[in-house]
Amino acid sequence: MAYDKFTVLKSTAVPLPIENVDTDQIIPARFLKATEREGFGENLFRDWRYNPDGSPKEHFVLNNPRYQGQILVGGKNFGSGSSREHAAWAIYDYGFRCVVSSFFADIFRNNCLNIGVLPVQVSAGFLENIFQAIEADPGAVLEVDLPNQRITLTDSGLSESFEINGYKKQNMLNGFDDIDYLLNMKAEIETFATRLPH
Amino acid sequence: MSKTLFDKVWDSHVVHRIENGPDVLFIDRHLVHEVTSPVAFLGLKNRGIPVLYPERTFATADHNTPTRNQHLPVKDPLSANQLKALEENAHRHGIPYWGLGHEKNGIVHVIGPENGITVPGATIVCGDSHTSTHGAFGAIAFGIGTSEVEMVLATQCIMQPKPKSMRITIDGVLSEGVTPKDVALFIISRLSTSGATGYFVEYAGEVFRNMSMEGRMTVCNLSIEMGARGGMIAPDDKTFDYVKGREYAPKGAAWDRAMAYWKTLHSEPGATFDREVSFDGDEIEPMITYGTNPGMGMGISGAIPRAESLEGGVATYKKSLAYMDFQEGEAMLGKKIDFVFLGSCTNGRIEDFRAFARVVKGRKKAPHVTAWLVPGSHKVEAAIREEGILDILEKAGFELREPGCSACLAMNDDKIPAGKYAVSTSNRNFEGRQGPGARTLLASPLVAAAAAVTGKVTDPRELLVSELV
Ligand code: SF4
Repeated sequence: MAYDKFTVLKSTAVPLPIENVDTDQIIPARFLKATEREGFGENLFRDWRYNPDGSPKEHFVLNNPRYQGQILVGGKNFGSGSSREHAAWAIYDYGFRCVVSSFFADIFRNNCLNIGVLPVQVSAGFLENIFQAIEADPGAVLEVDLPNQRITLTDSGLSESFEINGYKKQNMLNGFDDIDYLLNMKAEIETFATRLPH
Repeated sequence: MSKTLFDKVWDSHVVHRIENGPDVLFIDRHLVHEVTSPVAFLGLKNRGIPVLYPERTFATADHNTPTRNQHLPVKDPLSANQLKALEENAHRHGIPYWGLGHEKNGIVHVIGPENGITVPGATIVCGDSHTSTHGAFGAIAFGIGTSEVEMVLATQCIMQPKPKSMRITIDGVLSEGVTPKDVALFIISRLSTSGATGYFVEYAGEVFRNMSMEGRMTVCNLSIEMGARGGMIAPDDKTFDYVKGREYAPKGAAWDRAMAYWKTLHSEPGATFDREVSFDGDEIEPMITYGTNPGMGMGISGAIPRAESLEGGVATYKKSLAYMDFQEGEAMLGKKIDFVFLGSCTNGRIEDFRAFARVVKGRKKAPHVTAWLVPGSHKVEAAIREEGILDILEKAGFELREPGCSACLAMNDDKIPAGKYAVSTSNRNFEGRQGPGARTLLASPLVAAAAAVTGKVTDPRELLVSELV
């Protein structure tokens, strides 16, 4: 599915300084029953965000109007657990375009890249700087510059570079997905298949 | 250069290498279920393209299905809708579909091996992270997201950078009462839930060589819980015997050709891994988890670690214990439990039911315990009956449910109520995984059985000993 191009994103950020946030928390299994891709944002972090009766939990960060923005900043080992792409959809659908953490689980990272959410892995120290900056001022702006692979806290000018696979970067910059690429290789794939043992 | 088992299988499936990018990897077998596929099929429809190789694709219903009265229409309209979508999509694209009630129906990672879909040296994917199960046969198998499901349906390929390699070697002999599940929980507790992120694991050594195929599947299944992309074990005679004669396995001359190839599937003596880890099998005890990720596991006779003994993450650790309502330094033995779940693609195979039956035989289910015994497939269910296990279970006050994922992810009605404790043979103890507010203790079928008859966390070795005297 095509998504909007990602180049430079300047935004305030929502902090979630919890480690090992797993995809069951990002979107609990009972919300995976859709046959379409819409509406997952409503249930993002459902059980942390709402009481069983549906009223918002005051202390959860998404219910705090002081914290807004298109960037979600999470603790170490973000997105572990279930492979559900719905977790990435929920993040995208809620309005985030970028997740920052000091470590991502593999499948989650891939899923994000496949649907146009940029996972930015920073050092533990820089992550701490970001959390502190947001705590001091929820209006602190982060700049995520994909072409230059750099993330900056604009007030202090503190910045760090981040890694992204070159191919995935081109896709994100152009809003392309892998299927477009593979469909162009169909003949090669079919020839290859005839040579396989199973 | 000497190749690892992983290199051999991976390299032979690379259609194309993108410079500074992922490999285009050909996928031999694609398993599909109702929850992660509808949006992928929708994608094909929007692009106006067919499934490239329907004969390499297999569909089953398992994630959201009820485990009772499967002959009746599914009550939950959303689940029913997903099941209907899968059935229609499979039909439209000519994919074999094993829906509710079909004799081949069951959990996707149980039926793959059972029907000979899973073979050594193959690449296998599914939109479920525990696809790593199939690595037990010397296959490269891993879970994928829905965009990738669409990709494989459309092109039979996936784009992945080649992961790094790790070998986990365990020699020695497991003691009585220590099962493959304990071995896996032990490894995860040592490596943590992110200790193998970015790696594909090969399990080697005496402990895995001596394990049954079912046991190897349990271990490979849990690879994902240490962050690994997948895990695999070199195929041997046990593997070949298991595969031989199964419906989709090669036959006749094709079998001989396959065998010639499969016998080459092992890491060469000089092959190097990016990381090597080893443990001593004699050291492993029956395990149980006390927290909210599978890395928070300990020997059943131990005490819950104190936060100060850990490296970092104290706040997260305390939050986790608060959710469980456990205290640092407490023993797990003797804790009262409310539910027992035997099942899932981790421990829902015949060997797991045999182990459970071994403990409950001649005993009675504790009155306050609710037990859900859910076979991984109809074939497992049939074996439970044929081997007389059902009889043992029923005499001890248990009943058998119908196959499916059930309380592993609680998408159907099998939800552990908030605040209740469940000893579960599944794979994840995350907050709310088994129902909102549910508290999960992951353990082996033996530990689950001991809890089911005593109503509390109990060392199964005590019951196994009394069985001998
Ligand atoms: S039993 Fe659990 S882990 Fe296995 S396929 Fe079903 S939901 Fe996934």
